[in-house]
Formats: sequence, C-alpha cells, structure tokens
Amino acid sequence: MSVKTMKKLINAPDAVVREALEGMEAAHGDLIKVNYDPAYIVRADAPVQGKVGIISGGGSGHEPMHGGFVGRGMLDAACPGEVFTSPTPDQMLEATKAVDGGAGVLHIVKNYTGDVLNFEMAADLAKGEGIEVEAVVTNDDVAVEDSLYTAGRRGVGITVIAEKICGAAAEEGQSLAQVAELCRKVNGQGRSMGMALTPCTTPGSGEPSFTLADDEMEIGIGIHGEPGRHREPLAPASAIVERLATAIVEDLPYESGDRVLAFVNGMGGTPLIELYIVYRELKNFLDQRGITIERNLIGNYITSLEMAGCSITLLKLDDDLVRLWDAPVDTPALHRA
Amino acid sequence: MSIAAADVRAWIGDFASTIAEHRQELVRLDTAIGDGDHGTNMDRGMKAAVEKLEATDGDDIGALLKTVGMALVSKVGGAAGPLYGTLFLQMGTASAGKPELDLAGWTAALDAGVQGVKARGKAELEDKTMLDALLPAVDALKAGSDLGDALRASADAARAGMEATIPLEARKGRASYLGPRSIGHQDPGATSAQLLLQTAADRFG
Repeated sequence: MSVKTMKKLINAPDAVVREALEGMEAAHGDLIKVNYDPAYIVRADAPVQGKVGIISGGGSGHEPMHGGFVGRGMLDAACPGEVFTSPTPDQMLEATKAVDGGAGVLHIVKNYTGDVLNFEMAADLAKGEGIEVEAVVTNDDVAVEDSLYTAGRRGVGITVIAEKICGAAAEEGQSLAQVAELCRKVNGQGRSMGMALTPCTTPGSGEPSFTLADDEMEIGIGIHGEPGRHREPLAPASAIVERLATAIVEDLPYESGDRVLAFVNGMGGTPLIELYIVYRELKNFLDQRGITIERNLIGNYITSLEMAGCSITLLKLDDDLVRLWDAPVDTPALHRA
Repeated sequence: MSIAAADVRAWIGDFASTIAEHRQELVRLDTAIGDGDHGTNMDRGMKAAVEKLEATDGDDIGALLKTVGMALVSKVGGAAGPLYGTLFLQMGTASAGKPELDLAGWTAALDAGVQGVKARGKAELEDKTMLDALLPAVDALKAGSDLGDALRASADAARAGMEATIPLEARKGRASYLGPRSIGHQDPGATSAQLLLQTAADRFG
C-alpha cells in the first residue's frame, strides 16, 4: 500500500468518518445531533410531530451531502456510510425511527446498487415496526445509458435539489404520498452530467481511483471516483460545458421557453472561480436555446473527496417548484432565511 | 462424513483470515471496475462476524450462520453487505436447528443462500457478479455423491465461474456503468465468493 503517496489532513484512515462527524456535531450542535452507533445525523428538534420525516444517506466522501443538508426545511436525518460505501440497514432503521413524527418517512435514495439494496432492507424492517415508509430512487445521470440490462442511471446532483424541495413541502405539511410524488417529479424533470480533471483517493485504499495523463479529462464520471465513459484530451471550459449541457438538454429534452434551475457543482477540488466560468458558459449555452435560468446553485455540494471537476444539473421549473425552492432552509450547508 | 457446528465456526474463521490476506487484491480488482472498497468492506465485516460468533454459544448451525449474516448486514455496507448478509441469513434459515450437515444438508443450505442473493440482487448468471461463482458451485454440489469430492468440485466450479467473468461486460452493480470498459477485468464479488467456497472445501473436505 503506497501510503506515502496519500496526502490527506487526517489522523488515521479508519477514523475519518467518525472524526468528521464529531467535528460536525461540535460545529453545528444548534442544528443537528449525531448518533454514533449506529451512525446517523438528525436535526436537533427531531422528531417533528405531524411532519413527514425525510431521510437520505450514502457513502461518506460527498460532503456536504447528505449530513450538511440536515435541518429545518430539508432533511430530518442522514445516514453516512464509510467513504464511498453505502450505509447499512441498521443505521437507516434507527434514523427512520428517530424522525418519525407520525406522518411517515420518505427515503431519498441515490441509484447505486448498494444504496438501493440497503435502503430496501431498512424499509422492510421499518414497516415491520409499523412505520409508513416510501422510497424514491433518484437517477438523473445522463452519462449512463439507461438499459434494462444494467444497474440504470446513477443518482447525482438532482438528489440535492430534491432534498431541498421535498424538505420544504414536508415543512408545509404535505402528506407522505404528496412529498414522495413531488420527489419523483423533481427527479423526472432533472438531468445531470459530470466530468473530472483528476481522480480521487479514498483513505482506505490509499491509491487514486483511476489515472489520467496531464492532458486528459474523463467525461461522464460518477461521484465515487469510478472512471467515466470517455477519456478525452483536455479542452477549454466552453467546450466542456457544451459537451455536458448538450447531453443534458437533449435527453429530457429541455426546450425553448423552459424555465430551469441550473446547478453547477464542484467535485471537491475545483475552486469557485472555475465554477463561475462554468456557470458563465452554461448561461450562454442556455440563452442561445431560449432556456431561462430562473434559479441557480453554484458550489461544492455533492463531491468526490478531492477530485477536480464539475457536474451540471438542470431542473425544469414551474411556479410550485420555485416557491418550494425559495422556502426557508436552515442547515449546515444550505441556509436561507 | 458430515460438517459439525465446530467446523462451521472454523470455516468462518478461515474465510475471515483469507479475506484479510486477499484484502488488497480485492481492492485492486474493485478499483478497476467499481469503487475500490470491496476488500476493505469484507475484511471489516468478517472481523465483526468472527467477534459475534465467539460471543454466540451452541451448536445450532442455523443460528451460527444467521449471526454471521446479521454481522455482515450491519458492518459491510455497499452492495456486498446485503448480498453476503442475505446469503448467510438464508443458509441459516435452511439449516435451522441442525447440529451437523451432510452433503444434502450443505447443498440445500448453500442453494437457499444463493437463491436469496439472486432475488435480492435481481441478477442472473453472466451478469459479471458473485453469482457467476456461486451458481456453478451449487450445480456441482447437486451433482455430487461424496461430501469431500463434491466440495472440491464446487470450489473448482466457482473458480472456473470466477475466471469466466473476465471477458464479460458487467450488467449489474457499479461496474455496469463502465459498459464495455468492464470487459477484461475479473469481478471482485465473484472472487470473494470463490474464496468462500475454496475455504469451505479446504475445511470440510
């Protein structure tokens, strides 16, 4: 194991997830509480009586997703797994019980085999304990060709948007069936695609997840350091954005007259100055097609450790979605009064 | 000849130490077509399973296997947690109350476990998953008449199935996202499954 090549601000590879949770709890104790065995982050005032509870979860290494989105107006709880590894059913069951205010619990699950299987087992266990559970699986990544013969499209950027919008709906008092339907609608009207300039290194393996030459980039990456579908010579931001945005826009499709939320996400190692260049190019691209950006989100929200690169997510908006997006939210990573 | 509860305990210990020995190899295989966590996760899960087993008394093979399954479900994560967890939980259900297993008993237990994996993962033969090692192993057991010979034949069948994943294009799990780029790599799940059946043959055969 080439530990000498792994440069990280950590104490020990095995302690990364736990120590990060401890830091988060120390920093944001007014908003969240952390349970350590099994591990989940829950909003400080959970369970909120009469409100639909919303939980999500997934491997660690995507911070601030999901723990940074726990709080009023977004998630009630988040279950962190090991780095890039799905959390386990016992975590999800205990989190579900902790947030159940009598109105049922929505599980927002990104479409990865491990996440889906573990959340399925957890939902079975929770139903066995008399808690009403609905699960919605997000699968917005157009880089994956959808097919009956694969695991299907991955859940990426739209998950963040769905958590915000569904959190607002739950806060308004919408029912479990309504919030679940809303989540399906957001997922159905959202599309994403990402790219990487560098790989990332999980603390457990100590090795980069793939190798790229200095003049290469990887198009169509996921969020777990897995290689993408195409390796290409490095190109200017305008060409990269055109490549990603074209695939997104043609897939749904998004058409002239559409109103969208545009989410430019950094993969963890790309500075905001570059993300604003990406946003500039995206705005030009959509303007030319008569697609109006009505709301935006720019920053590192669904990351792959220290990977450099970005993803673009579009969500087709209507008045209802705009209102829910604008509703107050108070979490460690997203805040709007 | 038969498999006693003490043999099952020893087998789980063997599998745990074999996984620890092959941890880096499994990480390397998974890094090529997945997310590189299979060796780390299985090692953590099997260490937990051995601890739980040491704290479990009795010679009910079903109860021992269920203990292993629950430990894996709660400690492995990823896809391997629910899949290996289901394998052991279903093997445990099929061997509930039994202090020893003959060839028919072992075959029935493994068959139940593998059918559970198939149902949980919604995968088939040649999807480039652990089933490519497990399904041929069950077939080999069913064709056997002597416990030792059948166990060795099942381990050989698992090895052949594991090696046969190399030219396959993945249709399940994270490797399926790579499409044709998954071709040419041995599946890490089939590799750990082959180790499971090899340790069973070495211990019980």
